[in-house]
Amino acid sequence: MSARNRELLALVPASLLLTAGFAAVFIERDNVLSNVSLTFGGIFLGLCLAVHIVIRFTLPHADPYLFPLFAVLACFGLVMIYRIDENLAREQAQWFVFGLILFTATIILLRDYRVLERYRYTIAAGGIALLLLPRVPGIGQNVNGAYLGVGIGPLSFQPAEFAKIAIIIFLASYLRDTRQLLVTGGRKFLGITIPPLKHFGPLLLVWGVAMAMLFFIQDIGSSLMFFGGFLAVLYVATNRISFVAIGLSLFAVGSWVLYNIRPTITNRIDAWQHPFGALYDKPGGSYQLAQSLFAQADGGLFGSGFGQSLLTVGTGDDKIVLLPAAQTDLIYSVITNELGLLGAAAVICTYLLAVERGFKIATLARDSFSKLLATGLTAVFALQVFVIVGGVTQVIPLTGVTLPFISYGGSSILANFVLLALLLLISERARADAEAPT
Amino acid sequence: MNTPITRLYIVFLLLFGVLVVGTSWNTVFRADELRNKPQNRRQLLEQQRIRRGTIRAADGSVLARSVRRSDDTFTRLYPQNGLFAQALGYSFTRYGRAGLEQSRNDALTGTTNELGTIFDRLSGTQPEGDDVRTTLDASAQRVALQGLAGRKGAVVALDPQTGAIKVMASVPGYDPNAIGEPGRFTRLNQDQDAPLLNRNTQAGYTPGSTFKVVTAIAAIDSGEFTPNSLVSGRNLKPISGVPLRNFGGESFGLITLTDALTHSVNTAWATVGEKLGKRTMAKYMNRLGFDEPVQVDLPPEERRASGEFVGGKLIRPTSGVVDVGRMAIGQDKLNVTPLQMAMVSAAVANGGRLMEPHLTDRIVDRDGRTVDRIQPREMSNVMSAQSAGEVAGMMGKVVEEGTGTAAALEGISVGGKTGTAEVGHSCPNQVWFIAFAPLHDPKVAIAVTIECSAGTGGDVAAPIAKNVMQELLK
Repeated sequence: MSARNRELLALVPASLLLTAGFAAVFIERDNVLSNVSLTFGGIFLGLCLAVHIVIRFTLPHADPYLFPLFAVLACFGLVMIYRIDENLAREQAQWFVFGLILFTATIILLRDYRVLERYRYTIAAGGIALLLLPRVPGIGQNVNGAYLGVGIGPLSFQPAEFAKIAIIIFLASYLRDTRQLLVTGGRKFLGITIPPLKHFGPLLLVWGVAMAMLFFIQDIGSSLMFFGGFLAVLYVATNRISFVAIGLSLFAVGSWVLYNIRPTITNRIDAWQHPFGALYDKPGGSYQLAQSLFAQADGGLFGSGFGQSLLTVGTGDDKIVLLPAAQTDLIYSVITNELGLLGAAAVICTYLLAVERGFKIATLARDSFSKLLATGLTAVFALQVFVIVGGVTQVIPLTGVTLPFISYGGSSILANFVLLALLLLISERARADAEAPT
Repeated sequence: MNTPITRLYIVFLLLFGVLVVGTSWNTVFRADELRNKPQNRRQLLEQQRIRRGTIRAADGSVLARSVRRSDDTFTRLYPQNGLFAQALGYSFTRYGRAGLEQSRNDALTGTTNELGTIFDRLSGTQPEGDDVRTTLDASAQRVALQGLAGRKGAVVALDPQTGAIKVMASVPGYDPNAIGEPGRFTRLNQDQDAPLLNRNTQAGYTPGSTFKVVTAIAAIDSGEFTPNSLVSGRNLKPISGVPLRNFGGESFGLITLTDALTHSVNTAWATVGEKLGKRTMAKYMNRLGFDEPVQVDLPPEERRASGEFVGGKLIRPTSGVVDVGRMAIGQDKLNVTPLQMAMVSAAVANGGRLMEPHLTDRIVDRDGRTVDRIQPREMSNVMSAQSAGEVAGMMGKVVEEGTGTAAALEGISVGGKTGTAEVGHSCPNQVWFIAFAPLHDPKVAIAVTIECSAGTGGDVAAPIAKNVMQELLK
């Protein structure tokens, strides 16, 4: 069976899940299946089919499982968002259309994605500029002390989602050139290889600027992702655990300093350690985390059922929001509440499978740049999942990033479609080469 | 570069494993701990979305029902206001639950029927609670409250043959409808007169002479005495080395046990108690339900034990510090609940077989089908039917010609016993009356008590018992 036919077959479970999910929500909501609901499901299936056809014609050899896995996540997210707020789901569906357009555009424009290497510094500068945008007066938006979003008219987007791709492209292309020099040119000091500053410098600079920007806009979650992505690419490029160790110790020192000087970060850590303590009812305190844990506790092994989760109570002035940001930060808690540990574990497994495909693409790629790019993109994707799920489960401090493809959010959808396109492009080249050796 | 990529994948495999562990920790291992956090109001809010069942009196009239608010949540309405305040309790998201609303919460919220809940979930209908039909009699309850007339005290009446509680009045009370008002609940909680307290099951009073019925049961059923046994009723007879006074300083010669009960002679009954000893007294007290939280379908925190108390702690009647002679006349360190004393009366009335008291008659689902019926259950066989008959006869004399004549009903013979316990200097007396009627086929057993009252049990409490019994025997 060809790769594309396997992909088409793999889309069947995704569509079944979508239909079953929507049916469950509708039965719960209206007692009858409404026409609107079926239209909704139909449109989404149409979108999946459209993406499949785009891939079939442009990337016939690309990995057949990556897109169906992402489709499962996306349709699962759409059902969850629909269950939280119908209007948000409609917007999310529109974002999927835009995402598809961007996806197709990426594939056509970056058919030979290796041109990206040529523009590495432009891309790096662009990424940093994107990160700076939320601080620009007039368009920057401040949410809970963090400058995450940019608003232009009715549109608002989160530049960090795109910046992460830009930074990874830069890291991959820069390290392809310098990785040998970093390893061989280094000096041993106390048994640890210290890379030469000449080659490491620019890398450190770009990374440092990115980190500084992140703290400047106070987006801790993204900074964790960036840092982790950086270490992952560096490790794969050099195969030096010592570099990772140095990076992690630098990170530990940095975190400790920031914990002591930055009140927002002190707050986050304290809220994480004592979610039911004094910070519970403080603004920006631990209310969100505590409620997230309560929601999960109610889920138990099997969950309370689709559409059963209690998100808000009362109306008007009496309205109490039990799960703040249910459609973005806390969507994993809603999933756990409604589908239980089993449902949540299934979601994690789906992500794990997607991550596995990502790394598989990296191992199959022939050239260093492709390998590093696929590794980096997969690593930030996986880290994003870890940062938000770990945050809402109290494994690590809670920082607001989206759960890729499931959370509501246009920027997240668009950026992840670009990420998917890049991975598929890398995969296409590697597998096409393997099939037709020149 | 493929080796580090594989290693990197393993790192993420482990990290995702940690996520699953973290989720399991929250959903399974510490789920109960999280559910019990004081900040966690999910359960309460969840139940607010469920239409609680209706609570009805024995005649079907509505005592508590749920009304839908504009935001699709439900609130509780009590059409009879404070009539059954403490027995019924209340149910409010903010203030929690009490009384039957708490003890029958599972039925009222429909959580008893697991299969039904799953089916409801699948079919998308909100789970609905079942109705609770109680054994309570609204008109007799009204008579009891009128009788208490605002005086602090309690009246509890039940059917001795089944244990079905007909009346459970406790004064002061409260209007459960008003609990939602700002500040009201705090005020009720801090009120010195404790209106939230169900005095029938939560208050401990000195039983005084009503306890002589317990001594009489032990005396007759143990075979040590008959109703005609003669005992000395001399005033100031030494009991445990200290002279004991009869009521009004009256002195009696050798009198029968029947006469000793009719005239409530302290010294005679104290002598009987000393003769029987602690072990025999303890045996019969235990059979009557003393020494453990009173049996009734109310929440555990609303039920206390009756018995001997030292420093607020329950001790066994066999303990060395117990003065068995004074215990036998209801003094010493005795603290009893009104419901316990009604049970003493009920045991005598039902031929020695004590039935478990209950407020719930049956659980009925929305379609009117009976889901669960509370069957009469024998708690213990306290004494032989013959002993019960003899004690009943003695109690009949009390109402016929003794201290309890105020409880006499026209055309119906009544068995009873008065009690007037001196409780301290700040307060005159704890007055009591326990009774059952009709004497030969008892349909109702009752206990009435009033705190800090002038007069005697015969003057103050017996007339209330009479009116309530009359209403119940209609």
